[in-house]
Amino acid sequence: MIPRSGRGRCGCSSGFRDISCQATRSSVRMFSVLKERVGEILLPGDEFCCGPQDTLPLTDSGKSERLVAGPGLRRSGDRLLVSRSGVLRHKEPNKFWIESQQRRYVPAKGETVIGVVTAKSSDVFKVDIGGSEAASLSYLAFEGATKRNRPSVQVGDLLLAQLVVANKDMEPELVCIDGSGRANGMGVFGTGGLLIKVSLGLVRRLLAPRSDLRADLEQLFPCELVVGMNGRVWVRAGAVQQTLVLANLLQSCDAMTAPQRQQLFRRLQQGAF
Amino acid sequence: MKDTPLSNCERDFILKAIEEKKRLDGRQTYDYRKIKITFGTDYGCCFVDLGQTRVMAQVSCELVVPKESRPNEGIMFFNLELSPMASPAFEPPGRADLLKCLTRAPTQGLRNDWKEPCFLCDHDFKVWQIRVDVHTLNNDGNLMDAASVAAIGALCHFRRPDVSIQGEEVTVYSPEERDPIPLSIYHMPISVSFAFFQQGTFLLVDPCEREERVMDGLLMIAMNKHREICSIQSSGGIMLLKEQVMRCSKIASVKVSEITELINKALLNDKTARKAGGRCGFAESIPQERITALKTDQTAVEMTDVGETASSIVQTAEAPPQTVPSPSVPVPGVGQVGEVLRNSWGLEEEEEEEEEDGGEVDVVEILDSDEEEDEVVILYPETTKKPK
Repeated sequence: MIPRSGRGRCGCSSGFRDISCQATRSSVRMFSVLKERVGEILLPGDEFCCGPQDTLPLTDSGKSERLVAGPGLRRSGDRLLVSRSGVLRHKEPNKFWIESQQRRYVPAKGETVIGVVTAKSSDVFKVDIGGSEAASLSYLAFEGATKRNRPSVQVGDLLLAQLVVANKDMEPELVCIDGSGRANGMGVFGTGGLLIKVSLGLVRRLLAPRSDLRADLEQLFPCELVVGMNGRVWVRAGAVQQTLVLANLLQSCDAMTAPQRQQLFRRLQQGAF
Repeated sequence: MKDTPLSNCERDFILKAIEEKKRLDGRQTYDYRKIKITFGTDYGCCFVDLGQTRVMAQVSCELVVPKESRPNEGIMFFNLELSPMASPAFEPPGRADLLKCLTRAPTQGLRNDWKEPCFLCDHDFKVWQIRVDVHTLNNDGNLMDAASVAAIGALCHFRRPDVSIQGEEVTVYSPEERDPIPLSIYHMPISVSFAFFQQGTFLLVDPCEREERVMDGLLMIAMNKHREICSIQSSGGIMLLKEQVMRCSKIASVKVSEITELINKALLNDKTARKAGGRCGFAESIPQERITALKTDQTAVEMTDVGETASSIVQTAEAPPQTVPSPSVPVPGVGQVGEVLRNSWGLEEEEEEEEEDGGEVDVVEILDSDEEEDEVVILYPETTKKPK
């Protein structure tokens, strides 16, 4: 299996913000409070305070720790508020975030997404990435593109591109090259495969560094997958039937626990389909 | 919000799959998706699920003056609502008009049934107007079939008020006085849609949304179970051979008899449920759907400080507005609540706090409930009654 995509890390890098509380000891306290609740389901409105009324154990080292609050956690004064419902996750050394199921994509800078070209104008392409606005992609943002040498992209083509500008005030902008000017897997693709829409959680699970889901998929049959962080996945296998099976599998895996999914995959391997 | 455009690779893939006789969800070429018919609590409300496509039909009736050209006939009015809730493609009115044209076909099929029985003439020459509103809730392809099944189901389910005529007097009974009576329906026309691809080479029954976007043309046949064709409509401008149309009509007759049986079974189930007094209706018919991914086991919820939090909230909360215990009555029949220059709030809050300190922690009770008694109390300066 050749997974082609960006960002294998779990969690969205653009959503993380640093938090360091004013008081040194209280930040340690908040850290431990958060650590205790990793893996629990939190609801919007839950908060973590590091105010002076907390009792501190005398054995605290007194070092200030920086907490990185990810998507779903918001800082308000010296409190940390939960703004999304989901499970609290932790990554060493100090990253916390809320993992939730969501299907609607909000463009965020630095993410690699799959887009569909909707229009061509004199110097930009208009690309639909599933957000509220169509993103723009300049003709020159391809590897080896110059003013004379235009990329051959038609309306309706699929593109893998990276967001360089994505905020709520401006139209999103995409590029198909990385910082050093190389394509790095991005650009036009997609002959012979099928594009499906899945939830954002499934996409992150597919892109995680040691992903069970990917490991299970590798056992099935050779296939090619392109995963976009906007919830779009492109699949291609040897035959049309296998591609269809894979597409339906991914869409149904969304709402399954790991044992259910493994059972389904086992049935598939035994040739039920 | 605009609809997502269909990419070239999806289009090519779907066409290639159809050439190999494969559909996206694994159906055969002549297979329908799973149809689920449920009825609401009111008579005349029908929900139909055709795969992911959902529509709702509601029937209502009223007595109106008939058309001058047809004074002996009732009026039947069909309305199809295409809201953006069903699909972002329905927002601009252009496409919605196209679909509305298509609905004329099944309605024409139905209209012929209504020549006689379901209406009534009385001395004022009023007839029943039956109105069917079909709302599309989700569009995953083949709205037409779902809408026709929903409309027929709702009409069969509907009960109109009973009417009796004595000489020149007409009485319309409400549902409590007399049981409403069903409409008399002679036959149930149901539409079956066929999608054509590659200039008529391949055909599919019941296209889903992606297949609809890729198709060349659509043939819609409305038939009843007695194998009478009520209406045929072709859109998209494809050229069809005679044999193809005949083949489609044969397939349609098979499908229509299956669907008619489904509708009858659903009606029967609903009738038995209502007779047995069981709960029926929309809320009961929705299956319990649960999202099981990322589920954790039961986690303990911290309850230790709920008591203190609740009592602190209760204590720091503002007192609810209280009615002043006794109005002052300067003149008979006129009551004055509170005095103009004196502020009576301070007094009341102190009373409130004293009472609430001894209150319970778990339950926040409303200490004074303002119930108004439905009697007129005339206030006299001597005897001041408390309005409770």
